[in-house]
Amino acid sequence: MKAAILVFPGSNREGDVAKAIELVTGRKPQMIWHGDGDFEKTDLIVVPGGFSYGDYLRCGAMAAQSPVMAEVRKRAAQGVPVLGICNGFQIVTEAGLLPGTLMRNEKLKFICGDVHLRVETSQSLFTNRYQAGQVVKVPVAHAEGNYFADEDTLKKLEDRGQIAFRYCSSDGTIDTSGNPNGSIRNIAGVFNETKTVMGLMPHPENAVEPMFGGSDGKALFESLVEALS
Amino acid sequence: MKGEMKARVHVTLKNGVLDPQGKAIGHSLNRLGFAEVGDVRQGKFIELELAETDTAKARARLDEMCRKLLANTVIENYSIELVG
Repeated sequence: MKAAILVFPGSNREGDVAKAIELVTGRKPQMIWHGDGDFEKTDLIVVPGGFSYGDYLRCGAMAAQSPVMAEVRKRAAQGVPVLGICNGFQIVTEAGLLPGTLMRNEKLKFICGDVHLRVETSQSLFTNRYQAGQVVKVPVAHAEGNYFADEDTLKKLEDRGQIAFRYCSSDGTIDTSGNPNGSIRNIAGVFNETKTVMGLMPHPENAVEPMFGGSDGKALFESLVEALS
Repeated sequence: MKGEMKARVHVTLKNGVLDPQGKAIGHSLNRLGFAEVGDVRQGKFIELELAETDTAKARARLDEMCRKLLANTVIENYSIELVG
């Protein structure tokens, strides 16, 4: 699996994603600077976390209009898989590749720590190495992760199985106690209609080695290798 | 700049979209003794200079700017005001 990782001014998790991908593929991903309108064809494009363009105007709004994202939109339309993590999730929603948006956390605080997620489907490029209903533990680190979409959009997302992950308690219960940021219906990650684009606020790339607190995120990258190699 | 026009764009959250920052501001005002303050909604104010003399054209372009960048229409409304 050949992967490209986009780098914007203010990105800061690109190295972590690169390590996670190298761990499961044995090859280093390409790093693509935001001003590059063209880059080598790859099997996967990753939009990493950070604070692209200082979060000016709205998180992800500036990055969504950068030259590299125009190319990503084109490739996503051709079916090239795109994974947006944290700020990358904000960028791909701002770019119109995923429905909804990420708002300020309900309690207005930056949150940093482990959360539990329920895997909503194993039927995707990104989640085939998980079981539907499985509870995993991965870290979050964000101030704007409060997912919002209008009722019509939510209904469509649920009817078409486009919810990837929901925040939950450690036993898998979906309620407010397991919801760290106020996301509507506890949504932590979503797919586009064709399930070739996925965005999520938590950081699976920071949960790939037991030494660093857990490895529940590794299966996400293994799923991609399984589907794209 | 000849034919310069100024525009003011207000971006606000749509009704029904929770505004935690507005709420926090409201609570602080109440705590400061401004008991008359009820619901508070927070937004953005953006002032732009335009090299344009035709107000209809300016409005159409501003509308496009709002839709493409200045506002996120999933959660925000915008209004455009042309000055001078």
